[in-house]
Amino acid sequence: MTIDVKLPAALASECGGARHLNVDAPPDATLADVLDQIAATHPRLGRRLRDEAGKLRRYVNIYIGDEESRRLQGLDTPVDGHDIQILPSIAGG
Amino acid sequence: MAYLVLIGTRKGLFTARSDDRRHWSVDGPAKLDDDGFTAVAEIYAAACDPTTGRVLVGASTFFGPSIWHSDDHATTWSEPENAPMAFPQDLPYRPLDFSDTAGIDQPDAEQTNTVKRIWQLAFGPGQRVWAGVEPTSLWTSDDGGHHFTFNQALWDHPQHTTWASGAGGPAVHTIVPDPADPRTLTVAISSGGIYQTHDDGQTWDGITAGITVDYAPDETPESGQCIHKVTRDADGTLFVQSHGPAYRATKPDGGWTNISQNLPSNFGFAMVAHPTQAGTVMAWPVGESMDRTPPDHRISAWRTTDAGDTWNPWGTGLPTEPYFGTVMRDGACTDGATDPGWYFGTRCGDVWAADDQTGEWHLVAAHLPDVLCVRAMETP
Repeated sequence: MTIDVKLPAALASECGGARHLNVDAPPDATLADVLDQIAATHPRLGRRLRDEAGKLRRYVNIYIGDEESRRLQGLDTPVDGHDIQILPSIAGG
Repeated sequence: MAYLVLIGTRKGLFTARSDDRRHWSVDGPAKLDDDGFTAVAEIYAAACDPTTGRVLVGASTFFGPSIWHSDDHATTWSEPENAPMAFPQDLPYRPLDFSDTAGIDQPDAEQTNTVKRIWQLAFGPGQRVWAGVEPTSLWTSDDGGHHFTFNQALWDHPQHTTWASGAGGPAVHTIVPDPADPRTLTVAISSGGIYQTHDDGQTWDGITAGITVDYAPDETPESGQCIHKVTRDADGTLFVQSHGPAYRATKPDGGWTNISQNLPSNFGFAMVAHPTQAGTVMAWPVGESMDRTPPDHRISAWRTTDAGDTWNPWGTGLPTEPYFGTVMRDGACTDGATDPGWYFGTRCGDVWAADDQTGEWHLVAAHLPDVLCVRAMETP
């Protein structure tokens, strides 16, 4: 199936200005599987989202459907055909 | 001749250019990345290679740390596609914090080590680039700063069990190449100490013994000291600003000489050696550990020309009214010229420059975010 991944403006240049990526994923794909595919084709975007240990960076929030992934099973959450939206939480005064 | 100054701040990189070190045009914050999120990134590290003109900037962003380079004097910027550095994931996690297990590897931990912040970038002989990183680690690049290799030998130094975090984080924050010997390098860790290699980083000697501390029962530990900055003069003498006194050593294994007697305080961070005049060093003292503002609340640069036996406030043109911004450990530099310019920036966001010959400080920039690092070079 094809997963629609929505990107924030702050990362759009990593995909030539695109705000959406279509990622082909098997039916049982997890969020980590989708991010692995993104990193394989867009390595710089991949490392913007996760560190070298594979963990989501602190200020990166990823929604699977309407739920933030940290409130689900994190990177192990099955995507289950939902759209994915990446939203950075830019913080600080 | 023209001059370029890179000013790394808490919120972005600023650049300043001048033809005479007196009149400056300032740009910034720079958008190192195409989307512009680096304009609010912490810039702890910058480096200039006068041989090639390449400049490097280490930025800590909302999307992790990375290193940008420019080959047109900070006009356009590029970044490698793949991460410039990544911790080996088979290393046991090493907490380097204020916990009871600081510095002690935790092989059973689920957590692993990851690059948090790039504290120092330095060009060595032959265009080699060294990077000092948080958590406390040293990295090497032989492709101009695109990709770095982790230095396992320093990480494995037996004294790592005495390493911990300073207030800003645990890091290799100072890298001092030896221009005459590419196999020799000195690095400083806070807190941790000073380490030196003579075989291109394959083995490391702790050379901190003799530097005293006033924050632990053992006043003369072998390692674990909170070293703030190390600089090397034209003859190879090392000068150290520690958490306590300043020191010098021509041969560190022979001991360190306290050179703080004629400074206004024992305490400070930034210390910079003259690029060609041995024994000449500039320091920017801080009142004391419990009063981290300039001595007497006046901003000043102090200079020695006799390797620290005597010090005097140097230069004219700095504010005379009360001033509370300190100079951080990488907030000062020279431009490396034979007749150098001196530069420093403060946590109040002000940056000054002075010719070595005139000693007249001129304002480069004012009211920037607090200045974390300043680096400069001559440009055509």
